[in-house]
Amino acid sequence: MFENLSYLALQQYWWALISLLGALFIFLTFVQGGQTLLYSVGKTEGEKTIILNTLGRKWEFTFTTLVTFGGAFFASFPLFYATSFGGAYWVWLAILAAFVIQAISYEYRKKPANFLGAKTYEIFLVLNGLLGTILFGTAVGTFFNGAMFSLNDMNQVDWQTPYRGLEAVLTFHNVAFGLTAFFLSRVLGALYLIFTVNHEAIVARAKKQVLYNAIPFLVFFLYFLTRLLLKEGFAVDPDTGEVFMEKYKYLHNALQMPVNTVILLVGIVGVLWGILSTVFMNRTKGFWFAGTGTVFTIFALLLLAGFNNTAFYPSIYDLQSSLTIQNASSSKFTLATMSYVSLLIPFVLAYIVYFWRAMNRRKITEEEMQEESHVY
Amino acid sequence: MIEIADVSLVDWSRAQFALTAMYHWIFVPLTLGITFIVAFMETLYVKTGNEEWKKITMFWMTLFGINFAIGVATGIILEFEFGTNWSNYSWFVGDIFGAPLAIEGILAFFMESTFIAIMFFGWNKVSRKTHLLATWLTAIGANLSALWILVANGWMQHPVGMKFNPETARNEMDNFWEVLFSQTAVDKWLHATSSGFVLASVFVIGISAWYLLKKREIQLAKKSILVAAIFGLVSSIYLVITGDNSTRTIANDQNMKFAALEGLYNGSEGAGLVAFGFFSDNSSDPNNENLKDFNLKIEIPNILSYMAFLDWNAFVPGVNDLINGNGKYGIMSYYDRIERGKVAIAKLTEFKEAQKAGNKELAASLKTELTSDDFQNNYFKYFGYGYFDDPGDLVPNIPLTFYSFHTMVGLGFYFILLFIFSLVFLLKGTFEKKRWLMRLAIISIPLAYIASQAGWIVAEVGRQPWVVQDLMPNVAAVTRISAGSVQTTFWLFAILFTILLIAELKIMFRQIKIGPKH
Repeated sequence: MFENLSYLALQQYWWALISLLGALFIFLTFVQGGQTLLYSVGKTEGEKTIILNTLGRKWEFTFTTLVTFGGAFFASFPLFYATSFGGAYWVWLAILAAFVIQAISYEYRKKPANFLGAKTYEIFLVLNGLLGTILFGTAVGTFFNGAMFSLNDMNQVDWQTPYRGLEAVLTFHNVAFGLTAFFLSRVLGALYLIFTVNHEAIVARAKKQVLYNAIPFLVFFLYFLTRLLLKEGFAVDPDTGEVFMEKYKYLHNALQMPVNTVILLVGIVGVLWGILSTVFMNRTKGFWFAGTGTVFTIFALLLLAGFNNTAFYPSIYDLQSSLTIQNASSSKFTLATMSYVSLLIPFVLAYIVYFWRAMNRRKITEEEMQEESHVY
Repeated sequence: MIEIADVSLVDWSRAQFALTAMYHWIFVPLTLGITFIVAFMETLYVKTGNEEWKKITMFWMTLFGINFAIGVATGIILEFEFGTNWSNYSWFVGDIFGAPLAIEGILAFFMESTFIAIMFFGWNKVSRKTHLLATWLTAIGANLSALWILVANGWMQHPVGMKFNPETARNEMDNFWEVLFSQTAVDKWLHATSSGFVLASVFVIGISAWYLLKKREIQLAKKSILVAAIFGLVSSIYLVITGDNSTRTIANDQNMKFAALEGLYNGSEGAGLVAFGFFSDNSSDPNNENLKDFNLKIEIPNILSYMAFLDWNAFVPGVNDLINGNGKYGIMSYYDRIERGKVAIAKLTEFKEAQKAGNKELAASLKTELTSDDFQNNYFKYFGYGYFDDPGDLVPNIPLTFYSFHTMVGLGFYFILLFIFSLVFLLKGTFEKKRWLMRLAIISIPLAYIASQAGWIVAEVGRQPWVVQDLMPNVAAVTRISAGSVQTTFWLFAILFTILLIAELKIMFRQIKIGPKH
């Protein structure tokens, strides 16, 4: 079945899957955002326990999605994996370190004899939320603004700055996306608490946080989007594979891929509705609107970066080293083989959704924290 | 065009990978095994309705949770380090190696993370049977996760199912099933997972013995020992069989590694197995510092030949036979392999230059030559050797490999005795009277970890300098970055992991002291 598709179609299919995984990851960073709200929403020890137990039952999904995102990128676009991870060394290791400290913090925070003390583990969680989202967002920003690398004949990467990727923070457009990701994660985190927790004070404070964080989120996001549509982009000549600068490239992409643009707009409306319905109409299901909206929006943005003859990981040092979904991908055989595996994704999603619902059937309350056998 | 990284960069990159892998492997084997032990216990609870079994299940589950968290923490770095520190490798073989990693994420990790949440938090939310199912699926998910990464590792030890594409300068997969069902990959998975089962069994028996020694939690301890000793014994038999298979695949596909793990310098027919040996500080060969004299060794005749080739009189090549070649047994010398490797690299360089110069005709003819069966089988097969000049650089650290191998095997057999004794005395009802056995069981816990780490030293040090056997050495695989950067991240992670390990151990010891919730 898949081997009958063209090589390009398979490359597009896999770019779409990578975009979907990236979008799901950004959505699932509601866990990270929620962690950064620990002190502003949780005032007493009991409240903090509720917040961390609410988020703590989902942290592994975010983590696993990140790992799968990495693995799937490796399998489908190994040249990106080699170039970006090997090249932007410091950025990626900083992101990973931020996730290492998360993985143990939930489990160890409340345990007796935990060596570092509960406070340290809480700070680890806040740091994970802060660095994980900002750095990841900034790294995604380089998909649109380029990075400083070159590739030789053997496709080996040489990074052209000693900062190994950290220089991305000097481009404000990258950072704007990092901050978008950060404030969005806080909005989603607050919405999740409102959706899941049955505790008046927590819900009231979370509601305020939705508003406080929605404002900077919108400012940075709109700046990012407007600037994106107005800026020069990295276009690829489909016949020669040559990369060149094109004015309004991403605007052109948006106009030439109307379905994708509709997805983008629906996504943005979803996020806005999730926020507005919670803040002004006292609804509690804003999380699902904003969450689904986030997935749509990020998915569409990543398609803008890679589809329609665009270089998704451009090099501003050597334009011709830029990565496109065509020159960075796995062989046709590997992509086709992997595509069969991808048929299982709906099944995986289905059982995740089924058991997520089973676990979330009842709202989390203070009483439950006392009855539960395994508490973070 | 093909540049080689400097030695200190390679060493630091290896050190960082070894650090991460070894830390990760402190936690993984326990996860692999204890999830099954917990699943057996919970099955007994659901079958019998005996609350005691539930208490036991939940106690071991708590210890598992502490161990699992830090296993996850160290695992994420490992996955990304293929890219961050071995980027040239990631491109050269990403077409094959990436697929198992992606499948691992999609199929195994999500299974593990979905059901582990139910296992820990679902007691009051889902039915008893659903909970039991979740526990089993966590165990299966954890072991499936191990499958895919070990398939990837097995492929590096014995690359199959691919061909080289000069256009992209990389190997490309042409047979997925060959990669998945390669004998090396299958043996590796079965051997690594069953070693985890054994380690977890020793862990459970050791802690239970401590309770018995302290005369507390008697019921929990006895029931736990029963489950763990049976599981450990069955797994040990499996471990021996898969280990034996592994030796044979190594003898066939990685004969230098095989010579190293046996400390065999000069091959012979009817080769003997060194059951026990000590190296001296002196080199047996002035040209190669890796070849040490044995000060002392106890050898069992003919066993090695049988182990390697199921023939008491088969010829087993030693390090010197491989380096210098052995016409009688048709072994090509490393000198010849180096020459052929250099021809392959030169031909590829020539092709790339023709391509760059726009000489399409020359490029096309070179491509035809490069991909011809003759060139592939006689030259490209030795591609990686072309990076070297001195065959001595192609010999791994023999004493380290030898000692690790013998430690692993020796301890493996010792654990079988431990399981048998535990089971016999438990069934006779005298376990809690045998203080020596209880003490032995407790000190066996660190021994299990030593055996487990030694196994990976055998697998990874023994195959040096290869990252992909015969095709890519570590000098060609490493990311081009300053050695100082890698040194810095090495120490940062060394400190971070050590702090986390201390925290984990302290929490673990305290939880054991506290015991099950009553």
